[in-house]
Amino acid sequence: MVRLLAMGLGLFALWLLLSGLFKPLLIGLGVLSCAITMAIAHRMGIFKRTVGTPRQSVVKFTTYLGWLAIEIAKSNWAVSKVILARSLSLQQSLFNVPTSQQSDLGKVLFANSITLTPGTITVETEDGSFLTHALTDDAADMDALAEMDSRVTAIEHQDGDA
Amino acid sequence: MFEVAVLSLFITMVLVLFRLIAGPTLYDRVLAVNTFGTCTVLFIGASGFLFERPEFLDIALIYALINFVGTLAILKFFRYRALGDQPNIKDNRENAQ
Amino acid sequence: MSIFDIVISGLSWISIVSGSIFLIIGATGIIRFPDFWSRLHAAAIVDSAGAGLLLFGMALQAGLTFVTVKLVLIGVFLLITGPTATHAVANAAFVSGSRPLGDKSGKPVVPADVIDPPLPPEMPTNLSEDLTSKT
Repeated sequence: MVRLLAMGLGLFALWLLLSGLFKPLLIGLGVLSCAITMAIAHRMGIFKRTVGTPRQSVVKFTTYLGWLAIEIAKSNWAVSKVILARSLSLQQSLFNVPTSQQSDLGKVLFANSITLTPGTITVETEDGSFLTHALTDDAADMDALAEMDSRVTAIEHQDGDA
Repeated sequence: MFEVAVLSLFITMVLVLFRLIAGPTLYDRVLAVNTFGTCTVLFIGASGFLFERPEFLDIALIYALINFVGTLAILKFFRYRALGDQPNIKDNRENAQ
Repeated sequence: MSIFDIVISGLSWISIVSGSIFLIIGATGIIRFPDFWSRLHAAAIVDSAGAGLLLFGMALQAGLTFVTVKLVLIGVFLLITGPTATHAVANAAFVSGSRPLGDKSGKPVVPADVIDPPLPPEMPTNLSEDLTSKT
């Protein structure tokens, strides 16, 4: 219940931020739509099951985002070179990447990180490993993926049970 | 400088449109639609700056939401031939073999 | 116009122009690559580098206003949904039996242990059948 109310307050703050107008009618409409959203969320039972709470430390997460941005820049450059090369030299492959995350949120973060870096895409998620497609042999670098995996897991284990 | 952005977005969208028409598979087309949608979001935002009408960004935000839901809806429809709630989706896939 | 303004406007120029270049590179890749699986990666360039740099440049132009908040929201949203949509397309193609092209050496692209789920290899033609009617 507390989380439902927190979500409602967050949604209303978002409404105020996006509208920027403070007329009674608009604020009333905002309250109404937040209430409807909360009712739907309650009916869906979103907060009854715990999918994995965002207990990750903000500092570690921000550091990870910075590291990820650099990785994305590097692989963007690599894939751009492949596209602009005079003759296409693709060595496509599908392979399994082992994962060590416990929570669903950690797995989502890792899979999205793999997909966000051009050159590698998560195709299928299974228990303990992701089936990944790589564009070239350079992109299919198991060491880099293992490093990403351990960094995501490090965020996750910040607070013990994530 | 927003002229540069709008022009290159336009070129990108035309190229992606070629892929959308050429196909050849369904998934190429869905991918092209998704990329086209991302470009549209950026295009609306950039033209908002170009015409000095920042309200365009709200439209871009809405378009980003609709684009995502639309892509997933297309994929779901072509995989399960239905958009409603299907509790036995997995069974269908196994029995279909 | 102070030095600070000049630096900010120069940075936003650089980021918008390089974002535009990445967009066109990504579109070239979408046209040029031979099969669906490689085109996914070209589309990922448009999603990550193109969108990110353009939004960053626009945010620098706007300064600290409501406009920047909306740009950041769009950026966060694209950051979350972009990979999810790409993964959904790739997964749908994989489940329907599409596999990447091999290279010239004829090396098998898919290891033997990952051909799962084993579905008929035809592409969208078999999707026109009604899957639910067979149950």
